Amino acid sequence: MARFIVRRFLSLIPTLFIIITLSFIIIRVAPGGPFSSEKNIPEAIMNNILKKYHMDEPFLQQYLRYMGDVLHGDLGPSYRYVDHDVNFLISHALPVSMLLGTISMLVAVILGILVGIVSSLRQNSWVDYTAMSVAVIGISIPLFVIGPVIMWFFAMRLQWLPTSGWIDSRRGWVTIIMPVITLSFTYFAYIARLSRASILEVLRSDYIRTARAKGLKQSTVVVKHVLKGALLPVVSYLGPAFAGILTGSVVVEQVFLVPGVGRIFIQAALNRDYTLIMGEVIVYSLILVVLNFAVDIIYGFLDPRISYK
Amino acid sequence: MTDETILQVKGLRTYFNTDDGVVKAVDGVDFSLRKGETLGIVGESGSGKSVTNLSIMNLIPNPPGKIMGGEVIYHDTDLLKLSDKGIRAIRGNKISMIFQDPMTSLNPFLRISNQMIETIVLHQKLSKSEARAKAIEMLVLAGIPAAEKRIDQYPHQFSGGMRQRVMIAMALSCDPEILIADEPTSALDVTIQAQILDLMKELTSRLGTAVIIITHSLGVVAGMCDTICVMYAGRIVERGSVDIIFEKPMHPYTRGLIKSVPRLDRKNGARLYSIQGQPPNVIDLPDCCPFFPRCEHAMDICKTKYPLVHDDGNEHRVACWLYGREGK
Ligand SMILES: Nc1ncnc2c1ncn2[C@@H]1O[C@H](COP(=O)(O)OP(=O)(O)OP(=O)(O)O)[C@@H](O)[C@H]1O
Ligand SMILES: [Mg+2]
Repeated sequence: MARFIVRRFLSLIPTLFIIITLSFIIIRVAPGGPFSSEKNIPEAIMNNILKKYHMDEPFLQQYLRYMGDVLHGDLGPSYRYVDHDVNFLISHALPVSMLLGTISMLVAVILGILVGIVSSLRQNSWVDYTAMSVAVIGISIPLFVIGPVIMWFFAMRLQWLPTSGWIDSRRGWVTIIMPVITLSFTYFAYIARLSRASILEVLRSDYIRTARAKGLKQSTVVVKHVLKGALLPVVSYLGPAFAGILTGSVVVEQVFLVPGVGRIFIQAALNRDYTLIMGEVIVYSLILVVLNFAVDIIYGFLDPRISYK
Repeated sequence: MTDETILQVKGLRTYFNTDDGVVKAVDGVDFSLRKGETLGIVGESGSGKSVTNLSIMNLIPNPPGKIMGGEVIYHDTDLLKLSDKGIRAIRGNKISMIFQDPMTSLNPFLRISNQMIETIVLHQKLSKSEARAKAIEMLVLAGIPAAEKRIDQYPHQFSGGMRQRVMIAMALSCDPEILIADEPTSALDVTIQAQILDLMKELTSRLGTAVIIITHSLGVVAGMCDTICVMYAGRIVERGSVDIIFEKPMHPYTRGLIKSVPRLDRKNGARLYSIQGQPPNVIDLPDCCPFFPRCEHAMDICKTKYPLVHDDGNEHRVACWLYGREGK
């Protein structure tokens, strides 16, 4: 097991390397550049600017220089926000996004599983029908629709919540409510359906019949015998869910004006701020790769049938 | 085996609601079981053998299934009238079950120790460590080598035959009065089958456990059972001691079953007998003998009325119009 973990961990390094390299190439190949929108800059000044950021060097040299900096933990200067480097911008925005993402994920997982359990144990009751109808809505409506709709409803019609912004001393935590609902809804819905279907399947399995035939209480059967097997598919789904929450947060932060890495990402892309885009890509892929690694390990601990050789 | 009857099934009816209609999986089954007796239930696929036994334990999945009527008298209590708590105290304790497929009947996510100990602790006043000792003792009895070590393994680390031994050890760990075995060897290969049957026979006779064994194989019945019930379309069509049934089968279906067993002493090249026709559809069966479309001796009355049960003394009963209309 320990060997598997180490090997699996080492395999993350080439993955990250490939992601960074490909992004570097793709960004430079895309038309436009960080300074292309500034009109009428005298040629001499432009050359100076390019020189300052080493963009006059050959492509390969730029790449090697960049990779060297990254290995030293330096993501370089922002091409647009002259006073700040990328490390500074990201390190200030990341905690905000992490908080939003973590809470959304927890809400999706905990609520999703709870609803899945209740629905499956009360199959075909009104609770089940209601929950599954809500889940279908969550799955079929994209979050860039859900976001504005709940904003209109809670903030504008009911005026219960501020339309946008982020936690501060004046408004407290209420600003987090709508972004979390928007971001977690889809994944809550998936997890609720997934766990319901999987619990129903396990309930029909032979080993549950054995457990009942031994005289165990229904609650013991469910908690001890059903859940572990039934929640494995949910654990597998966590990887894609993390990815979805990550990309979803870019949209949600834009809709609710949350000062996280997602908003910076959009600005950076619009500005062709090469280093900032690269920094964001690195941070996103690092998070994703590490979380997927964690999911694999957790899965291995949960399913004794998986052997690591 | 004594004369004391411990289990009496009377007029048991279990139906399933399906999209095609009501499946009368068990439709009026009567039989009884004596202390220490081994009873075999044979019959073709879909005849209601498993449903009968799941009904005894009140384990029919509802929906779609429902026990519509009848009684299951265990000593003096009707198991079908017990509360949930009451029947749970019987399951796994007084009456336990083992199933056809040992590969899927144990929980793959829990260690054997965990699964065995939970049963023992549930029904007996034992501490965890005493229960563990008891579990190991049972595994040893069931022929698991290095039981002390293997008890902490997971089911996937056992072969099919070994898993069925674990199931038997677990089922007998609370010293039940009745063991119900639903085709305990059908999923195993032939050499293992004999070992498992021998083990069951030895352990249950040592512990004095009565056994209800469901099987497709008349060979199994001949080797293990005292009594046979032949099921057809949700009812028992013939019941008697093994000797009598093999010597003097009365129901045409039973005769067909016995004739269709391959035998070494038969002439080379002789064709194997098989019962013609298809098993009946147990949805919307009219009141007739369900076997008549396949029966060589079918008469007019067979098509209009279910046969009365004929008892020829010797506790040999048959439901067939060939044996007169005098009723029981
Ligand atoms: N959960 C269920 N839902 C619907 N019908 C069922 C269910 N369980 C059993 N049945 C029906 O009840 C009838 C009897 O089934 P049962 O399992 O008792 O047969 P069996 O004699 O044990 O057959 P086999 O030898 O194949 O195990 C069959 O027609 C089957 O389709
Ligand atoms: Mg069966």
